[in-house]
Amino acid sequence: MAVGVRTQDLRKIYNAAPPLGAAGGFMARADAKGAKQPKAQIPALDGLSLEIHPGEIFGLLGPNGAGKSTTVGVLTTRVRPTSGQAWIGDHDVWKEQAHVKHLIGVVPQRPNLDFSLTAREILVFHGAYFGIGSKQRNERADGLLEKFKLTERGNQMVRGFSGGMMQRLSIARAMMHDPQVLFLDEPSAGLDPQTRILLWEIIREYHQAGKTILLTTHYMEEADSLCQRLAIVDHGHMIAVGTPAQLKASIPGGFLLRLRFGRLTPELLQRLQALAGVREVRALDTTSKGTLESAGENAGKSAAEHAGVDVYADRGGSLIPEIANLAATAGAELSDVHISEPSLENLFLHHTGRSLRD
Amino acid sequence: MNWKTFFAMLARDAHVARRNAIQLLLQTFLQPLLFVFIFGRVMVGSGYMPAAYKSLLLPGIIAISMTFTGIWAVAMPLIAEFQWTREIEDRLLAPISVGWIAIEKVIAGMLQALVAGLVVIPLAWLVLRPGVQISIDSPLTFAVIILLVAGFSSCGGLALGCSINQQHIGLMFSLVMTPMIFFGCTYYPWSALKTFPILQKLVLINPLVYASEGMRATLVPQFPHLSIAAVIIALLFFDGLLLVVGLRQFENKSVT
Repeated sequence: MAVGVRTQDLRKIYNAAPPLGAAGGFMARADAKGAKQPKAQIPALDGLSLEIHPGEIFGLLGPNGAGKSTTVGVLTTRVRPTSGQAWIGDHDVWKEQAHVKHLIGVVPQRPNLDFSLTAREILVFHGAYFGIGSKQRNERADGLLEKFKLTERGNQMVRGFSGGMMQRLSIARAMMHDPQVLFLDEPSAGLDPQTRILLWEIIREYHQAGKTILLTTHYMEEADSLCQRLAIVDHGHMIAVGTPAQLKASIPGGFLLRLRFGRLTPELLQRLQALAGVREVRALDTTSKGTLESAGENAGKSAAEHAGVDVYADRGGSLIPEIANLAATAGAELSDVHISEPSLENLFLHHTGRSLRD
Repeated sequence: MNWKTFFAMLARDAHVARRNAIQLLLQTFLQPLLFVFIFGRVMVGSGYMPAAYKSLLLPGIIAISMTFTGIWAVAMPLIAEFQWTREIEDRLLAPISVGWIAIEKVIAGMLQALVAGLVVIPLAWLVLRPGVQISIDSPLTFAVIILLVAGFSSCGGLALGCSINQQHIGLMFSLVMTPMIFFGCTYYPWSALKTFPILQKLVLINPLVYASEGMRATLVPQFPHLSIAAVIIALLFFDGLLLVVGLRQFENKSVT
């Protein structure tokens, strides 16, 4: 029977730099009163509640440092939450650790393979740790080596493996004890496109066997094509949750036109807003967190020399002539245009004012 | 408690030890055997040392070999496994509680220390003979003492391995290991320090003193040594202390 995953109001504050692989979070601002300088505390999760249904492929999407790895860490007994609770099925992760570890398979962001063993031994010993009988664990190890195209290297020490091979072996190891819930932390980071496709196939196949899969990614297309539901996280908060289609539909208009003008006047903004099909207009140098820095840099130059505007609209390219006309009338040269179709990237940008790649 | 997992981990450690056997043997025995050869054969043979020194030296050599095998066997892999790859998670994700993983490491280290002790006795005897007079009058006491020595070295390895980083291994040798050997009453009995009364009291914080003196008390009782009761009490204390410290450090370092 498929097993779900749940978290309730998870918080995690690192007192020192977070461990590698869960690196991220953002620096807390110093106490405003400044009476006592608090120790540098790095909040990575700030009240995250998730519900992952049994048997679904669920994606956690967010930029580096959003809290994705920390969430996976808490759910896999590796990171102790500062407060809040986490369950795998009916089992409290932090009260029934040994039981929970039976149910989960973990593919970490960095391969944490046993470097003293060969690839095959890693799988066989992993099977032994989980109490699988000798015959069965040997058969299973051979099957997984075959599946992940590692048979030829099976008897070699993993120290000399390439990053992609280590990643494949990590996934094979996680599947070795046939866990009910598979966690994959940035599974396709560093994989070549061919291996990525192999990985996606394997994930889909595993899911069809009735397993629950939680993966973190900052690749849009991965989240889009693989996940049944997604949560978008940033700064340890959940920003949005739903199916990829639902999430994309929640962006006003769907199309995003990123424009740059020589200069920007309130009048121009009003006229942009009035164009047919335009849903929302955002001037970046005043409203967006993500561009504060560049606005600051430009402050010395003529005011808002590279003023950017995000326009959310129902249509894309067909708006450009009208926008160019408006700009010419207002005496503001249109210096750059970027049109993107409805995507999760746009969704992220819409909610956070930042690009996923920032 | 999941015994299958526990024994699978022990099997893994045995497998790795077998694979590295030659390296382990050289690393464990070369230095003490060279020491035995120079001091036991060359110095005694040329008359700079009395012949009785051979018998006095052997228990100290056993104590050193066991202690450093135990520390090394636990600390060095742990230091590597806690590095950025976090290899340790390969074990931490096994269905067993974190504390038991540390205890498995301690048991594996103890077994290696015991093997080292049992191998170094005939080896050193071969190098030193003739003229070594050792006797095991009370096998039970001897067994208790070597178990306690294996225990403190292995627990010490756990505490050290969870407390220092890879870049500090050199420092660990010069600040911990070297003083421990030289002030460990390994090459001389504790009573030989009586002309340095302050030092004689200070070295009592070094568990290797009790290991060496315990070996001396059971193997060569004809030489001066601390009482067996004092040795056992002190070793029990260090075993317990280092185990508690080691377990705490391990749990702190395993879960962030």
